[in-house]
Amino acid sequence: MALRKVLGIETEYGILIRGAADSNPIAASSVLINAYVNDLARGAAPAGATPKIGWDFEDESPGNDARGYAPEGTMAPEIETHLVNAVLTNGARYYVDHAHPELSTPECADARTVVVFDLAAEAILRRSMTAANRTLPPGQEIVVYKNNSDRKGNSYGCHENYLMDRTVPFGRIVTHVMPHFITRQLFCGAGKVGSEANGVPTEEVPFQLSQRADFFEEEVGLETTLKRPIVNTRDEPHADAQKYRRLHVIVGDANLAEVSTFLKVGTTALVLSMIEDDFLPREFVFAAPVQTLRRVSYDLSLQRPLELVDGSTVTALEVQWELLDRAKKFGEVQGFECVGGDEAGREIVRRWESVLAALETDPSSAADQVDWVAKYRLIDGYRERHGLQWDDARLAAMDIQYHDLRADKGLAGRVGLERITTDGEVELATVEPPVDTRAYFRGKCLQRWGDAIVAANWDSLVFDIGGDPLRRVPMMEPMRGTKSHVGSLIDECASAAELLERLGT
Amino acid sequence: MAEREQKRKPAPAKQDEVVDDAPAKSETGEKIKAELDDLLDEIDEVLEVNAEEFVKSYVQKGGE
Repeated sequence: MALRKVLGIETEYGILIRGAADSNPIAASSVLINAYVNDLARGAAPAGATPKIGWDFEDESPGNDARGYAPEGTMAPEIETHLVNAVLTNGARYYVDHAHPELSTPECADARTVVVFDLAAEAILRRSMTAANRTLPPGQEIVVYKNNSDRKGNSYGCHENYLMDRTVPFGRIVTHVMPHFITRQLFCGAGKVGSEANGVPTEEVPFQLSQRADFFEEEVGLETTLKRPIVNTRDEPHADAQKYRRLHVIVGDANLAEVSTFLKVGTTALVLSMIEDDFLPREFVFAAPVQTLRRVSYDLSLQRPLELVDGSTVTALEVQWELLDRAKKFGEVQGFECVGGDEAGREIVRRWESVLAALETDPSSAADQVDWVAKYRLIDGYRERHGLQWDDARLAAMDIQYHDLRADKGLAGRVGLERITTDGEVELATVEPPVDTRAYFRGKCLQRWGDAIVAANWDSLVFDIGGDPLRRVPMMEPMRGTKSHVGSLIDECASAAELLERLGT
Repeated sequence: MAEREQKRKPAPAKQDEVVDDAPAKSETGEKIKAELDDLLDEIDEVLEVNAEEFVKSYVQKGGE
């Protein structure tokens, strides 16, 4: 049976200091995150962040390759241990990565919860901007953008993570997830005016489905910053490596539309579960996957035939209809426990079907659900009204501004995107962890005994209770440490020392 | 164009013939158009004033 898909999203945000002659993005990202952490520490929130708690790099090994070898000439990603790194009481990690602020959601056990924590991340970034801007000289302002490209060939990622069964051959994952990654842009592309690929003029691609398709050059590989692969092989489970694999997905866009985020992770979790249970009989093997990824992104008609290795063709919608069809059968036969239960699974399938039907009959009818459609409708409408060419800077500016996280400036907030979460649950998720993964244990321990925790990471917490050596509590099982497992234990313990004693560490 | 000679797969096709993307002339179509007009009126106030300068200044380092 397919494993429960524990899920999360890591987003690197674009950042600008406006009004400053010189804008150092690393410094700006540090200012941003420190301002948030200090703001919480000043007591603005009852359950504060943990400014003193650093990230524990003990078990980080992003250079491991899921294929079991590292091809010559590949470079392992570097870990930057010297930059700001905070662990929040909602179980998230908030840090500076390269030259961007990055926030990784806590581990979630279903797609809708990921959406809630992705929005909580936006709220945290928004609060960070406000706090940071109070410290800047008059006329200067830090602004954060939830996009993936600066339109000049520089891209930064929004990665997804899915817990998988280690025994599934990696080759089978690659074969079956590739067609999903190539075609899911239909409903989770964030849209982009023009292209950043070499030699692709605006007349040819005035607008495309995805922010990221221009940047992928390989089918499978370890890299994330150059020669980006459609399927990333980073093998760093952050859990028991004998049992689990964490599929690290780098091909997606950062979404503002809640339905796009929901479908991005929901459909992918279902496809991966079907791969685990060998439930996908048909292989869609594209003749040229990298080119096909772009072809799908560049085709606003959604009708372009895509060539398979056997010489036949298929459209992106046809691939998605077939995956949906299998997912429905999967639910009937196996149930949806792996994606959070029957209700959660049926909701993924229902929205998946509804968005494919909308895209097939009249794409513009998906403008309240899908980012690229919403963005296209807005920008194309503006272009028509003012009689502009597609290469007009005003359209490029709107493209960037769609992703502006400031409440009064961001265009995504104005285009009527459907909500599937409530403000109340999002606000709560900025400080409270999910209840049904190990993030609960991490978050609650930080809330209760932040002073006694010296370091944290995905799979352990390190306590200093004075006197004794530091005590590491391993959390190698992502589905343990939930509220039902440890809720009463944490409530009953008066101190970290008592907790450690009762845990028997 | 050769591209147009597409071979439809026996996918669980919902409908084989696909409507061209001509704007819908239904009532909903009109309503959507009106909403878009309102939206375009409204955003005029928040759009970046110097688009060219803004786009030029939006430079990021690659990440991941």
